[in-house]
Amino acid sequence: MSALVELDDVSKYYGNIRALEGVSLECHAGEITCVLGDNGAGKSTLIKIIAGLHRHDAGTLRIEGEETSLAGPREALDRGIATVYQDLAVVPLMPVWRNFFLGSEPTRGKGPFKRLDVETMRRTTRAELLRMGIDLRDVDQPIGTLSGGERQCVAIARAVYFGAKVLVLDEPTAALGVKQSGVVLKYVAAARDAGLGVVLITHNPHHAYLVGDRFVLLKRGVMSGSHTKQSVTLDELTRQMAGGSELEDLRHELERAPEPTHLGGHPSGGDRPAGRPRGSGEGPAAH
Amino acid sequence: MSTSAPPATPGKAPDKADERLLRTSPLRKLMGRPELGSVVGAVAVFVFFSVVADAFLRTSSLATVLYAASTLGIMAVPVALLMIGGEFDLSAGVMVTSSALISSMLSYQMTANVWVGALVSLLVTLGLGAFNGLMLTRTKLPSFIITLGTFLMLTGLNLGLTKLISGTVSTKSIGDMEGFPSAKSVFGEFTVGGTTVKATIVWWVVLIALATWILLRTRFGNWIFAVGGGADAARAVGVPVNRTKILLYMGVAFAAWVSGQHLLFSFDVVQSGEGVGNELTYIIAAVIGGCLITGGYGSAIGSAVGALIFGMTSKGIVYAEWNPDWFKFFLGAMLLLATLLNAWVRKRAEATT
Repeated sequence: MSALVELDDVSKYYGNIRALEGVSLECHAGEITCVLGDNGAGKSTLIKIIAGLHRHDAGTLRIEGEETSLAGPREALDRGIATVYQDLAVVPLMPVWRNFFLGSEPTRGKGPFKRLDVETMRRTTRAELLRMGIDLRDVDQPIGTLSGGERQCVAIARAVYFGAKVLVLDEPTAALGVKQSGVVLKYVAAARDAGLGVVLITHNPHHAYLVGDRFVLLKRGVMSGSHTKQSVTLDELTRQMAGGSELEDLRHELERAPEPTHLGGHPSGGDRPAGRPRGSGEGPAAH
Repeated sequence: MSTSAPPATPGKAPDKADERLLRTSPLRKLMGRPELGSVVGAVAVFVFFSVVADAFLRTSSLATVLYAASTLGIMAVPVALLMIGGEFDLSAGVMVTSSALISSMLSYQMTANVWVGALVSLLVTLGLGAFNGLMLTRTKLPSFIITLGTFLMLTGLNLGLTKLISGTVSTKSIGDMEGFPSAKSVFGEFTVGGTTVKATIVWWVVLIALATWILLRTRFGNWIFAVGGGADAARAVGVPVNRTKILLYMGVAFAAWVSGQHLLFSFDVVQSGEGVGNELTYIIAAVIGGCLITGGYGSAIGSAVGALIFGMTSKGIVYAEWNPDWFKFFLGAMLLLATLLNAWVRKRAEATT
């Protein structure tokens, strides 16, 4: 079976800037492909190619085995690729049900009496969210009153409802706390179980490893690694993600840094007992 | 809402969701409406002038108030829609005058049926609205700048062209021309069962109903809220943001045409310098009516209540036999109070949902 979306040796240049070079990726139905990378690694460019916002300059993009080049976001949507952006997923002041159907509102009646099918919209929104495990109190509340995680989930549920085959998620957990990230990842998994292919963009290897089946690592526009879940451990993924040998250098540098005598404020005495616990969890602080 | 009773969560009441919904009392629902603040304000103004001005409650006085409100309200409705869509139109005031001038001068110069002038004027005015919208969506400049430019250009054109063509700052009377009586009954006033009714009141009510229907029950209405509340999010899900904004500007232009024809067919002649400053009045009415100045929130009915407050205040001061100079002060105070009340109401309504 061919992949839903397959990138083969894809490159993208902005003028003289090499944004992406030689990246390959595949995403199958019922699987999650994670794209990992630090800031500026080319994750956004990759997303824009899959979402149809930019055309790739070299290499091939195949959708369900057919070589193609997307003309725009509308074409991507029509071919079943739905992208949920981190910051522009919903319109905050609008009620949940209006957001859910925004851009694809069902209507009934003819001619001048053509109107929104409000009852269906409300009912469907509630039912679809419930199916994803979100139990809303009131579909009429402005979506801005939901938490960031819930908003992401509504956007995901919307994409699933409108028949997306591939879900592209741009850093869905970036701005969220630990608990909310968990909730969002649960819905990502739910979408996968519903048979969708998911491309999950993130810079958090822990989140990626929890749900991912394939991992593509990007670094400064090129692919620095491509793994399946069987072929890599979380530690290895984290190490590669953090830059491998660079992390070693960083550790040495940090270790050589002189220990501060106090953490700011006025030290009350010369030999205070050990103060606040440090985040590092390294050995006992020596004074 | 209980059509999809969740089979999950056993042990709890089957209508768990509805149970929680009951916490939203009807009162709180009402408080969540954008126009609530303005309704409270309108009642207060009404009571106030009923007490201080004896003449205020007479039928003829109330009719005058309603007429004043309607001439403003016709414009406030599409301006409110445009504000919900996240944009301003500073050219709306002079566009009314432009529309009237085009209609009047065309009919007079061509000695044509006044309806010909009115129809050409409609096309030109809609073109002006489309120009505003196209400039805005093409250049991505703020609407404040774009429509300020249109406002100044139209102000100049109104005066310049009128002087060039008529030799004076006002147009020639077209009161004796063909089609004038019928046009007057459509745009000026008509008689039903012995009482004379101002046509603007009918236009106003129809526009309010139409705008409310569009806003709350059509796809286009959904898009208006969306482009004002989050244009990028709207674009990402396939809403034609640019087309929506252009159509909103053309809606303002249509209302400007109606108002312009009203001016023309009520008074036969048009003063070319009129209309300057009215654009802010329309915006004030929309804001008093609960439109959020940043877009994405508001209602057409709210703008109507705003226009009503405006009408009551402007005429109430006259009936109370005060110096009309006070009108602007009242208007300013009203604007501040209404906006504060709106903000407070919205915060309270949203805090406990």
